[in-house]
Formats: sequence, structure tokens, C-alpha cells
Amino acid sequence: MRKILLGAVGLLGFLAVWQLLPALGLVDRHDLPYATDVFGRLFHEVRDLAFWRRLRLTMTSWAIGLTVATLAAVGLGTVVGLVPFLRRATHTTVEFLRPVPSVALIPLAVLMFGLQMRAALVIIVYAAFWQVFVQVIYGVADVDTVARDTARSFGLTRYERLRYLVLPTALPYLMTGLRLAAAVALILAVTAEMVIGNPGLGRMIELSRSAGDAVGLYGLVVVTGLLGVVVNVVFRFAERRSLAWHQSVLADEATR
Amino acid sequence: MTALGAGRTAPRGLGVRVAEDVLYAVGLPVLAVGLWAVWSTRSANRFLVGPRPLLDAFRQTWIGPAFVDDVLPSVYRLLAGLFASIMLGVAAGVLIGRFRPLREILEPLLEFFRAIPPPVLIPVAMLLLGITDTMKVVVIVSGAIWPILLNTIEGVRATDSVMLETADSYRISRWERVWLLILPAASPRIMTGVRQALSVALILMVISEMFASSAGLGYRIAYFQRNYLIAEMWSGILLLGLLGVLLAVAFGVVERRVLRWYHGMREVTRA
Repeated sequence: MRKILLGAVGLLGFLAVWQLLPALGLVDRHDLPYATDVFGRLFHEVRDLAFWRRLRLTMTSWAIGLTVATLAAVGLGTVVGLVPFLRRATHTTVEFLRPVPSVALIPLAVLMFGLQMRAALVIIVYAAFWQVFVQVIYGVADVDTVARDTARSFGLTRYERLRYLVLPTALPYLMTGLRLAAAVALILAVTAEMVIGNPGLGRMIELSRSAGDAVGLYGLVVVTGLLGVVVNVVFRFAERRSLAWHQSVLADEATR
Repeated sequence: MTALGAGRTAPRGLGVRVAEDVLYAVGLPVLAVGLWAVWSTRSANRFLVGPRPLLDAFRQTWIGPAFVDDVLPSVYRLLAGLFASIMLGVAAGVLIGRFRPLREILEPLLEFFRAIPPPVLIPVAMLLLGITDTMKVVVIVSGAIWPILLNTIEGVRATDSVMLETADSYRISRWERVWLLILPAASPRIMTGVRQALSVALILMVISEMFASSAGLGYRIAYFQRNYLIAEMWSGILLLGLLGVLLAVAFGVVERRVLRWYHGMREVTRA
């Protein structure tokens, strides 16, 4: 209760400062519009179908990119993680490709696919893939040796070993990777729209900027922030739910 | 390594083992470049270039005045942004982590700010600061500071309470407590945050230059693409990749030094 109250105080304080900065003339009203103006505009936008259409486009490329990246990363990561030879042979390649900033590929994607959602998807998939892939490799390789030997001596089949041994071990890693990938995919979905110009919230931000519409710009920044919060909260919840049986979550609950 | 594995590798000589490691490390990259070279001579896709033209373009584009005009300013902004992020993030993180009321007041705000996709702040920074170097550094800080700040807060909160109370009863001054106890205790988490911040900072360096610049790596690459200078564009992508790898390697070295005590402690507890 105290936490919620103090949190609300913080939020209100921030909004008050935002309102006061242009009101007192500390920042030009054209550079930082009143908070009330921004939220007024947002309230107006939310009743406009065009806003929701843009939101849908952004979230569509986010969802497609995240799904493709996750499927590819889980498939490849499981194979590479389970075979020591592959793990060793791919190590340097992975370590070289992973830090390549995905935005460096934007020009290439634009040349190959034009100013379309496909170009944005290349960037999103590339960035999100590594987050999941690396976690899956670690997770799959983390199987307890005693548990593995036990499973062998009890004669579990390959499928059973995957299902009852590898999957539960790798699941916490996978969920962490998924949570990180979801956040990264959202960042790149919006970024791609800003730079490439495929329709969506990001392009609207760029258009507001070039039109000098500060009120609309700040409103959209708030919207993307809220979107990010929703994505974080949903994936954190999913992580806790799917790992309800896991020691880390159980221990957390016990101390509460 | 299990005992079985050690027994198997021990009889072989050191040279064999080193050769094997090297083979594993360069095998796949060499294979990939080879395939790429063969394929590029047969493929008619004009957006892809072979390794040889790429290397030529790399040498002609980046070695020379472009290095001073485009690469160094970018790297300088990147490092300045990272430095400021670490300083501000750690300082604010210690403060927020130590004072519970402050943490509770700021929690929803921090949750919101770190969820904003950082590139969205570029237009905002352009409005408030104009198209300047400061603006680009501020953009980098506005994105890279969050992982450092949040990890520092968590690390500071997790400081061993017995040690804190010991420090209290020995009347260790506030400064010394922060410097000798809290910061070291939080350093593993801080380093985790810094590693995440590296990739964010690099992305923001590129994007901010693609948006608002007439020089810099991001600007150059976008320029090459718009003018269909394909090999040059690829060389820019390669350079950014190298920069990313270099940052990761440098970070690895620093992390091993800073956290040597921590890794050593973990080994001991595991054994």
C-alpha cells in the first residue's frame, strides 16, 4: 500500500515538474510542451482509428519478428548446445556475429527489401535471435551430469530425455532470453519504422518531428514507453508462471 | 571438465591441443569466407559483394582521412556517452539503492523510462538540444544508463547485511563504506549492467548519426546506401561489426580484472 502511494507521489511529482518547466519559461514551450497539452492530444488520438492502425502495424512486425527469431533460436540453439563439437566449432563465429549492432544492417535490408515491413523484420529478427540463441545454448548445456547419467541408466529414449531432462533445465534460460528478446524486438520495431519509414508508430514519430509537431511527438514517446512497460510486465508474468515449479521462484515465495 | 575428459586429453602434447583449439576457433569462419568467395563469383545479386572487393573497399574507404573525420568522432561520442552513463548510473544507483523511500518513489518512473525504446528519444533530444555533439552524447546516455542504473540498485540492495552492520559498529565513515563495501559488493551486477549498456550505446551511436549528422559512421553507411555504393556500404557494416567485437573484447578484459576476486571466490565455493 505504502509502495503504491509513494510510487503515485513520484509519478505525480514528475508530471508536475514537466508542467512547470515550460510554464516557468525554463524551457521553450515549443521544445517541451505542457504535460496537459500532450495528454490532451493523446486522449484525442486514442479515439482515432488511424492511431490504432499504426499501433497494430508496429505490434505486428514486433510479433512476427519475435516469433521467427525465437523459433530459429530454439531450434538451432538446441542442436548446437547439445552437440559439443558444434558448440566448440561455432563459438568464435557466434562471438563475432553477436556484437554486430543490428542497426548496421538497416541499409542492407533497405537495399534488399525496399522500404517495407520485410526490411524491418530482418533487423528485428537479427537482434532478437541472439538474445534467445545464447540463452538456449547455455541452458541446454547446463543439464546436471548426475541427472543425465541417471536418465541414461534408466534407459530414457532420446525424446524422453529432451522432454524431461533438457527442457526443464533450459526453460529458465529460455524465458530470460525471451523476455530480453521481446524488449529488444520492440526497440527495433520502432527504430526500423523511424529510419526505414515503413508505416507504424515509429514513422509517425519521425513525421511529427519533421512537421515540428512537438505535442504529437511527446505523446507518441509516452505511448511507446507504455507499450514497453506492457511488454515487460507481460513477459515477466509469463516467466514467473511458467517457472512456478522452479527453485528460484519457490525460494522467492517462501521468503515473502 | 570431468575426470574422464581430463584423462583423455592429458596424454596428448601441448602442441596438439593448441592446434586443435586454433582449428576449432578459425575452422568455421574460414569455411564461411571460402564459401562466400566462391558463391560471390557466381551469384548475380548486385547487392552482395565478395570478400576481395569488400576488403579493397574497406581499405580505400576507412584507412585515411575518413578515419579521422568519421570514425574517431563516432568512437569519441560513444566512449563519452558510456563514461557518463557509468558515472551517473552508478552514483544514482548507490543513492537510490541505499534509501528505500527514494526507491519506492522512483520505482514506477524508472520502470517507465527504461521501457521507452531509446531511439525514440533522438527527436526529443534534437528539439531540446539542437543537432550537436552534446545531443548525440545525451542520446547515448539516455539509453545506456538504464541497465547500469537498475543493476546497480539491485546490487546495492543485495549487499550483505551482516557486513553492513559490522561496518556500522566499527564506525566506518560513510565514504569508506560506499567505497570499500557497497561498490565492491555491487560490482558484479554493475558489470552486468555495463555489458548490456555497451550494445545499446553502439546502436544509439549509429542511429543518432543516421538521423542528424553530416559525419560519423552511421551517416557514412546511410550515405553509401543511398548512393548505391554497395561495397563501401558493406565495408561500413564490417567496420561497425569490428567495433562491436572490439568493445566486447575490451570489456571482457576489464571485467576479468575488476571481478577477479569475485570469480576466484565463486571457484572456491564451487570446489
